[in-house]
Amino acid sequence: MRMLTRQKEKKREKEKGRRERERERMEWIRESVASVRSIQFRQLLTQAVSLGLIVTSALIIWKGLMCFTGSESPVVVVLSGSMEPGFKRGDILFLHMSKDPIRAGEIVVFNVDGREIPIVHRVIKVHEREDTGKVDVLTKGDNNYGDDIVLYADGQRWLHRHHIMGRAVGFLPYVGWVTIIMTEKPIIKYILIGALGLLVITSKD
Amino acid sequence: MHSFGYRANAVLTFAVTILALMCAIASFSDNFNNPTPVAQVQVLNINWFQKQPHGNDEVSMTLNISADLQSLFTWNTKQVFVFLAAEYETPKNSLNQISLWDGIIPSKELAKFWIHTSNKYRFIDQGSNLRGKEFNLTMHWHIMPKTGKMSADKIVMPGYRLPEEYR
Repeated sequence: MRMLTRQKEKKREKEKGRRERERERMEWIRESVASVRSIQFRQLLTQAVSLGLIVTSALIIWKGLMCFTGSESPVVVVLSGSMEPGFKRGDILFLHMSKDPIRAGEIVVFNVDGREIPIVHRVIKVHEREDTGKVDVLTKGDNNYGDDIVLYADGQRWLHRHHIMGRAVGFLPYVGWVTIIMTEKPIIKYILIGALGLLVITSKD
Repeated sequence: MHSFGYRANAVLTFAVTILALMCAIASFSDNFNNPTPVAQVQVLNINWFQKQPHGNDEVSMTLNISADLQSLFTWNTKQVFVFLAAEYETPKNSLNQISLWDGIIPSKELAKFWIHTSNKYRFIDQGSNLRGKEFNLTMHWHIMPKTGKMSADKIVMPGYRLPEEYR
């Protein structure tokens, strides 16, 4: 009898230990799952924040440049060869818009009514009114044969202050090709944006 | 942390930073150049001088332009755009600038030149004020750098006068 009870007790204890171990194991799994979940959540959050940071800092730089230069588009890409050999297609120009009067020889960026894309050409004639300070400006591309009257709206003979978006003050070669390629082949743009997004999301830190 | 992408990114960022810095230094180095350009212009002949049917004066003239702009060139100069403008005042306009001739100088060797030409762009006034008008001829130049800041300057040559009568 004694032997029997002892054996039973031993068996019971063994059973108890096994159950305990099992419970511990379960707990461990649950905990690790929870921790993995929290890590993923945090990582996702940091990735979202870093993505937002990139977008907003780009925006801040652009808007800051706008304030600093006083021009609504502080950087333009040269799209045509009308100012060659000075400016080639794909070069970048930095614009500045100040209250200074416009003078012959300056390279200005202007918008013509009815034309979407701004033009970068040189001022060749200026007539400034005595009483109002209003200016009549005629432009020409260095590489073009004739002046720009043919490019202006029908019947328009002169550019005025409000047509002019800024004057070119600085120059950087080749960099604008990136945007030319992207606007002409949108697929490349989407691939690039996708790849960058993927890189930001998958990067560990 | 030390994956291929990470290293490529670091190398690329560094390269772009160095390139931008070199461009900035190249542009800054232009400030150390003190140019001493000279220019001379003669009005050889008034070819014709008349009033257009709708009332604006127009004149055509023959010019003799000589200039030495070699000192404008530095190692960061891509080209110099040079133009000659007639500048004058009228009762209506406080400033009239009319480009008469322009040219692109691609290299230092070609920056000392002499040209005999009639005006390339039409010399038309806004109105009829050109008879006996005194005007300045101004030699402007616009330096286009290989990279960086563009700069411009001019030489004003006063004391030219148009004839009193149309011809």
